Amino acid sequence: MTSTTTTATTPRAAAAGARLTLRGAVLGRAGAAVLDGVDLDVVPGELLTVVGPSGCGKSTLLRTLAGLLPALGGEVAADGRPVTGPGGGRALVFQEDALLPWRTVRRNVELPLAVRGMPRAERRAVAARWLERVGLAGQSDTYPHRISGGQRQRVQLARALAGEPRAVLMDEPFGALDAQTRAGMQQLLIDVLDGTGATVVFVTHDVDEAVFLGDRIALLGTGRVLDVPHPRDRARRTDPATVALRRAVLASFDT
Amino acid sequence: MTRRHLLRAGSLAGALGAWQLLTAYDVNMWLRFEQFPTVAEVARTFGQRVGGGTYWQDLADSLTRIVSGFVLAAVAGVVVGTAIARSRFAADVLGPVLEVLRPVPAIALVPVAILLFPSNEQGIVFITFTAAFFPVMVSTRHAVRALTPVWEEAVRTMGGGRWRVLGAVVLPGALPGILGGLSVGIGVSWICVISAEMISGEYVVGYRTWQDYTVVDYPGVFVGMATIGLLGWLTSTTVEVVGRRLTRWLPRPEAREPAPHRRPARRAPRSASAPPGAVGAAPVASVGPVREGSPS
Ligand SMILES: Nc1ncnc2c1ncn2[C@@H]1O[C@H](COP(=O)(O)OP(=O)(O)OP(=O)(O)O)[C@@H](O)[C@H]1O
Ligand SMILES: [Mg+2]
Repeated sequence: MTSTTTTATTPRAAAAGARLTLRGAVLGRAGAAVLDGVDLDVVPGELLTVVGPSGCGKSTLLRTLAGLLPALGGEVAADGRPVTGPGGGRALVFQEDALLPWRTVRRNVELPLAVRGMPRAERRAVAARWLERVGLAGQSDTYPHRISGGQRQRVQLARALAGEPRAVLMDEPFGALDAQTRAGMQQLLIDVLDGTGATVVFVTHDVDEAVFLGDRIALLGTGRVLDVPHPRDRARRTDPATVALRRAVLASFDT
Repeated sequence: MTRRHLLRAGSLAGALGAWQLLTAYDVNMWLRFEQFPTVAEVARTFGQRVGGGTYWQDLADSLTRIVSGFVLAAVAGVVVGTAIARSRFAADVLGPVLEVLRPVPAIALVPVAILLFPSNEQGIVFITFTAAFFPVMVSTRHAVRALTPVWEEAVRTMGGGRWRVLGAVVLPGALPGILGGLSVGIGVSWICVISAEMISGEYVVGYRTWQDYTVVDYPGVFVGMATIGLLGWLTSTTVEVVGRRLTRWLPRPEAREPAPHRRPARRAPRSASAPPGAVGAAPVASVGPVREGSPS
């Protein structure tokens, strides 16, 4: 709406996204390392999907990148600076429902804006715009427990993006949705990310989702990172290259 | 709603009726009601007292004491309870002292209050404060410790600091638990303020009640008791109502939910005003009457 916000949302500008790097990182809780020697370089503005079997440490990886969980060893950095705590423009969309139940949908989306010290009127306008984008303008004065699970995930998405983060860490955000809703949400995600330029790390256990959404796929079980031939192109899902990639990802689950 | 009001009024009237019957006929079967004043006698005395100025003065004094003691206890209880739950340092410094003080009944502090404070007035407020403080502090501590960690983590990933977490997560999230402590606290405050007044007070509700007893003015004693009962009910209802307003966001089981107070849904007026044959309204129209018309 204002000139400052329009300049901040240039289409998928690489400069707006954060670079996230892990070098020989040991991740987990003190006394119980889950992942050892993780090397990962998330390029500014890319959408990296992370797959791996349940319990392999996907959430642990995201929490570490968010700064909620200190690395047990090695190096974790955002834009070359070591990650020492949460904040710093790295938004996390939690695997569990993390909306504040005593705040209405709109006030949940306003929260990151309030933290940044945006004045009330402006906050309202920005939150309303985001709720419009995720198709929840009509629910803005409802409490989170009065909307459906899929709608709650959309609110979490709006809340994460409203703060104009430079990196968005998403932990199986569509994990509990049916196939149809999930496809709709994937499209919504692509639409709302368009123009933010944010770096995205997207955790999923769904291979098709990983292959469809990602620019690259990180296989957490084996530590490999694969390029996606045709990112976010539904028409080319049956291309031989895509099918081969899908098979490779599935094969990595068996090791 | 009106049925429930009738039921409540009926329950009160029944109790009063039983009292009147038992005392008017001087029922004397193991429990002895012959010395008991009747409802009518108590009501007459009550009328006389209400007409005089001292009754209202007593009332105002007792209320002032309880409200000031309780408000101080609520603020201090929430602050200390939160500090103990959130900071190990606060828990180490304050925890042992408070745990030793907690089992001491507030009313046993009357001698301490007399020694400490220059006037009875402050002593009684102090005792009221102590009585309400512990329930509030303990319930706050538990409620803050039981908060879902993901709420705090969400605010911290947004860049929120200590105070933001406190204001946006800890206090609102712990509020339902804190309210339990406040409800208990206001009740205990009444017990203690009246007892303290009986022991050390000047011309106030508790003291008046005790004095009436010593001069064998039984209707007066009952007026005092009724006054205490009504005041206690008034204050705890206030706490309850304010609490319910503040926690309207709490999810409630569907069955017990009262009629929705939400703004009229946008869909409802449209389907109601749509012609019966309209395509969009058809499923609504076919479902509605079946449900309403079914005898079960
Ligand atoms: N709060 C915790 N305290 C201690 N250990 C934990 C905790 N959370 C997870 N773990 C352990 O860390 C390991 C990795 O957990 P993590 O949540 O990262 O898995 P995940 O890959 O996200 O699994 P899923 O796909 O089921 O969400 C698990 O073995 C689990 O036992
Ligand atoms: Mg997980």
